[in-house]
Amino acid sequence: MATEALHENETLASLKSEAESLKGKLEEERAKLHDVELHQVAERVEALGQFVMKTRRTLKGHGNKVLCMDWCKDKRRIVSSSQDGKVIVWDSFTTNKEHAVTMPCTWVMACAYAPSGCAIACGGLDNKCSVYPLTFDKNENMAAKKKSVAMHTNYLSACSFTNSDMQGCDKKAMVWDMRSGQCVQAFETHESDINSVRYYPSGDAFASGSDDATCRLYDLRADREVAIYSKESIIFGASSVDFSLSGRLLFAGYNDYTINVWDVLKGSRVSILFGHENRVSTLRVSPDGTAFCSGSWDHTLRVWA
Amino acid sequence: MAGDLASASALQCLVEQLKLEAGVERIKIPQAAAELQQYCMQNACKDALLVGVPAGSNPLQEPRSCALL
Repeated sequence: MATEALHENETLASLKSEAESLKGKLEEERAKLHDVELHQVAERVEALGQFVMKTRRTLKGHGNKVLCMDWCKDKRRIVSSSQDGKVIVWDSFTTNKEHAVTMPCTWVMACAYAPSGCAIACGGLDNKCSVYPLTFDKNENMAAKKKSVAMHTNYLSACSFTNSDMQGCDKKAMVWDMRSGQCVQAFETHESDINSVRYYPSGDAFASGSDDATCRLYDLRADREVAIYSKESIIFGASSVDFSLSGRLLFAGYNDYTINVWDVLKGSRVSILFGHENRVSTLRVSPDGTAFCSGSWDHTLRVWA
Repeated sequence: MAGDLASASALQCLVEQLKLEAGVERIKIPQAAAELQQYCMQNACKDALLVGVPAGSNPLQEPRSCALL
């Protein structure tokens, strides 16, 4: 028995040291290929000119913090969810509310538009994801047609109709292979919680926004961070990020109520957008890239172009 | 004893995971960066938020008329 215990302790110790040496090797491998940063490679690229982006529409109607939003594929409709327990579908051109659903819980933290445009999914503190088919028939009660599609053991913080294969948990960003269910790459360079991750349009990289007040770009094939978007004057966390269509611009919403627009290649800020009167909680570029929408704790959504 | 076994197997998983991550094939940053840059350049003309759109073609940018009821 004594010898068995000794053997197990040795196994633990040897496993621990193997883990440590592998971690060291991983850092070494990544450092080997780090001889230049993205902005150095992009030095000869023409700098971007002045940007004039303004709020073109303000969507008012939620009674509390806007927590999440998504665009419909028709590039015009938007679904948003709020702490007031409501999920609203808007026509962004006219600002009309086309549908409104009252969820049985408050803090509806996630909502998404189906690619078909015929349904929305949402969830929050009720621990489940519900899908509501959208109907224009005034006699139909939308809530009656809802279907629950998933039960979770805790609150729903994000949902999407396409395979969402990235996750920010704590300071780590992990990339998962949906077929094998395995984590294939992990990045831990942020100094605080990651709030938002978004793929670069080509799929070869992704950006993250974090409570450490920085946004970072990670290249999946180089397997490392290739750019940091930060300024000494920015001290509040970035809650939400999204790329413009070509990937040249990164829009990031912050807890200091502003939206910063970054030149992805050169690493510099090209614009700072004011307008929201509280934290920006969610931000998405429209499917055709002609506008982007931001949602805030100030109860409104703004469409910018 | 059981506790040791549990942490041993957890460590085993970690070691396997790290081996997987260490074995990933990597390309050099200059090449990766050049490809990111190339994608940007190739798609820049289609990026409305980057280059703007001809006046009148974005319904969001048109001044809206107000109807007085």
